[in-house]
Amino acid sequence: MKAIILSLLLVLTAAFAAPSQAHAQEPLRIIIDEGVIEPLPFAVPTFQPETAEAAQLASDLARVVSDDLTGTGLFREIPASAFISTVSDFNAPLQYADWKAINAQALITGAVAVTGDQVTVKFRLYDVFSGAELGNGLQFAGTTDAWRRMAHKVADAVYSRITGEGGYFDSRVVYVSETGPKDDRRKRLAIMDYDGANVQYLTDSAAIVLAPRFSPTGDRVLYTSYESGFPRIYVLDIGSVQRRVLESAEGTMSFAPRFSPSGQTVVFSLTQGGNTDIYTMDIASGASVRLTNTPAIETAPSFSPDGTRIVFESDRSGSQQLYIMPVTGGEAQRISFGEGRYGTPVWSPRGDLVAFTKQNKGRFHIGVMRLDGSEERLLTASFLDEGPTWAPNGRVIMFARETQGAGGSSSLYSVDISGRNLRPVRTPEGASDPSWSPLQQ
Amino acid sequence: MKRILTSMILMAALAVTACTNPGRFGGQDVGATAPASGGIIPGSANDPTSLAYFQQAVGDRVLFEVDQSNLTDIGRSTLDGQATWLLTNIDYAAVIEGHADEQGTREYNLALGARRANAAREYLISKGVPATRLRVVSYGKERPIEICSEEACYAKNRRAVTVLAGGLTS
Repeated sequence: MKAIILSLLLVLTAAFAAPSQAHAQEPLRIIIDEGVIEPLPFAVPTFQPETAEAAQLASDLARVVSDDLTGTGLFREIPASAFISTVSDFNAPLQYADWKAINAQALITGAVAVTGDQVTVKFRLYDVFSGAELGNGLQFAGTTDAWRRMAHKVADAVYSRITGEGGYFDSRVVYVSETGPKDDRRKRLAIMDYDGANVQYLTDSAAIVLAPRFSPTGDRVLYTSYESGFPRIYVLDIGSVQRRVLESAEGTMSFAPRFSPSGQTVVFSLTQGGNTDIYTMDIASGASVRLTNTPAIETAPSFSPDGTRIVFESDRSGSQQLYIMPVTGGEAQRISFGEGRYGTPVWSPRGDLVAFTKQNKGRFHIGVMRLDGSEERLLTASFLDEGPTWAPNGRVIMFARETQGAGGSSSLYSVDISGRNLRPVRTPEGASDPSWSPLQQ
Repeated sequence: MKRILTSMILMAALAVTACTNPGRFGGQDVGATAPASGGIIPGSANDPTSLAYFQQAVGDRVLFEVDQSNLTDIGRSTLDGQATWLLTNIDYAAVIEGHADEQGTREYNLALGARRANAAREYLISKGVPATRLRVVSYGKERPIEICSEEACYAKNRRAVTVLAGGLTS
C-alpha cells in the first residue's frame, strides 16, 4: 500500500491575468439532467514541465485528465493537431481567440514539477467563450507514484465545476477477479482505480470469494468466502490486507453483506434450515438482530444513505421483488411491480434511486427506479447483467456482464443512469461483483 | 498386477475425496477405473460399501425444476436409496451441496441452492438418517458441472449432491 497524501493549495491568480469580457456569454455548464446529446468540446494541451524530470508526467497527466472527461460521454477532446497556439507559460495571459477559433469551449492548462519522489500539479480551467477562468487555479502535491490520483483530482474539479455535480474519478473499485472455464472458475478479490489502472489482488484463489463491498470510508471491505468450507462473511482491512471472519453459528451460511453508513454495522443474509433471512450485526461486538422472519428467500440488503431504511429482495410474493423496511425490521413495503423478477437492489448515494438487476423473458437488465417504484428505467440488456454499484456521485453505475455459452466469461461495464455511455471497464482477467468506493480524501 | 495397482490408486483417491476430489462437483470420473470383470474389489463401484458405489449405483444427486426446491418422484427414489445406504454404512457423514443454474442473480441462487440442499436433508432425516450426520452448504451458481447455456446443461446443474465424508478416511 503506497502512501498517498494530497495537499490542496490555491494558486495565486497572476496579477496580469487576462480580464474577463464585460459581457460574457452563457457560462460554461453541462446540465446532466437535461440529457446531453452533444458532448462539450474541450482542449488539454500537454501540461508544462517545470522541471526536467517532469516531462513524461506532464504528458501522462494531461492524457489521464482527458481520458477521465471523455470517458463520461459528456465531453469531447479537441486533438492537439487542431491547436492554433500552444500554452508555453502556465501564468501567461491566454489567447482566447485561438481557442475560440477551434471551438474549444473549455480549456485546461497545467504545470508539473518533480523534486525527488514528490510531484506538484497545478491546473487552470478556462471558459473560453466567456473569456474567463472558471474557478480558481488549484495545486495538488504528493508522491510521484500517486500521479494518477492527481490527474483524477484535476478531472474531478473540472467535471464538478462544469456540471455542478460531485466528481467520481478519484475513486477505486473492489471486485472479484476470475480465471478459468465455467466449471473450474477461480476467484480472488482485486482492487483497482475506477478506470481499471493499478490492479492489486487482496486474496488468493484457494477458496471461492464473492461480492466484496466497500466500507463508507473506503478502508475496509466486507466479502463472502468459502475458506471454512461454508460461506461466511469476512472483513478485510485494505491497507494491511488482514482479514477476520464475522461471528456465525455452526450449521448456518452467511452472505450478501453490506456496511451501514456509519461503518459499524453490517446487514447480511443468514441461512438456517434452508431458509434465508436478513440480519444486522454490530461488527465490533458480533451482536446480531433478525430483521425478517418469513419462509421466503430474503437477501441482497442495502442501507439507505441516512441509515434509517433497508432495501432488499424477497420472493414472499411468489417471485423475486424489491422491498423497503425500517432499519429495525418490521413491515416492508413492496416497491417493484413491473413484469419479471427484481433482485440485488442498491440504494444510490444521493438517496433518490434504487439500482437493481431485472430478469424478464430470458434477458437480464440493470435498471433504476424511484423509492416508490415509479419511473423504472432499464439501462442495459444482455444474456446476463447483474450486480450494479453506484459511482460516488450517483450518476454512473458499474455492473458485471457474463457472456453466453460454454466459453462464457464475465467482465465489467459502466453506464450512465440515463442509459447512455455504456462502456467496458478493462481488467486484466475476467471480473464480476464490482463495488465502487466513495470519493477518496 | 495391473488390477492391484488400479485399486491402490482408487484407494488413494478415496482417502482425499472429502476435500480435494476434483470429481466432487461432477462425480462421473470417480470409479471410471473400476474393472468390468467379476469379483468385488474393495472401494470399487462393485463394492456396495464404497463411495463409488454410492455415487454411481445409489446415485449421489437429485435434480430440480427451474426455480424449484421441491423433490421430484425420481429425486425421492434416489434419496430413498441414499437413506438405506447411509443407515447401512453408519461410519459416514455427509455434506449435501445445493446448486443452481446460471439463470439467476448470485445471492438468490445461493439461497435457492440452500433450499434444495435442505429439501434433500429433510427427506433423508424423515427416512431415519440422524440429523447429526447431515450438513448442508449452498454453492449457488458458482460450481456448474455443465457449461453450456441451454436447458440440457441447466437441468444437470440444478442439483443437490450428497458428498460423503468419513468411512475409509475416518
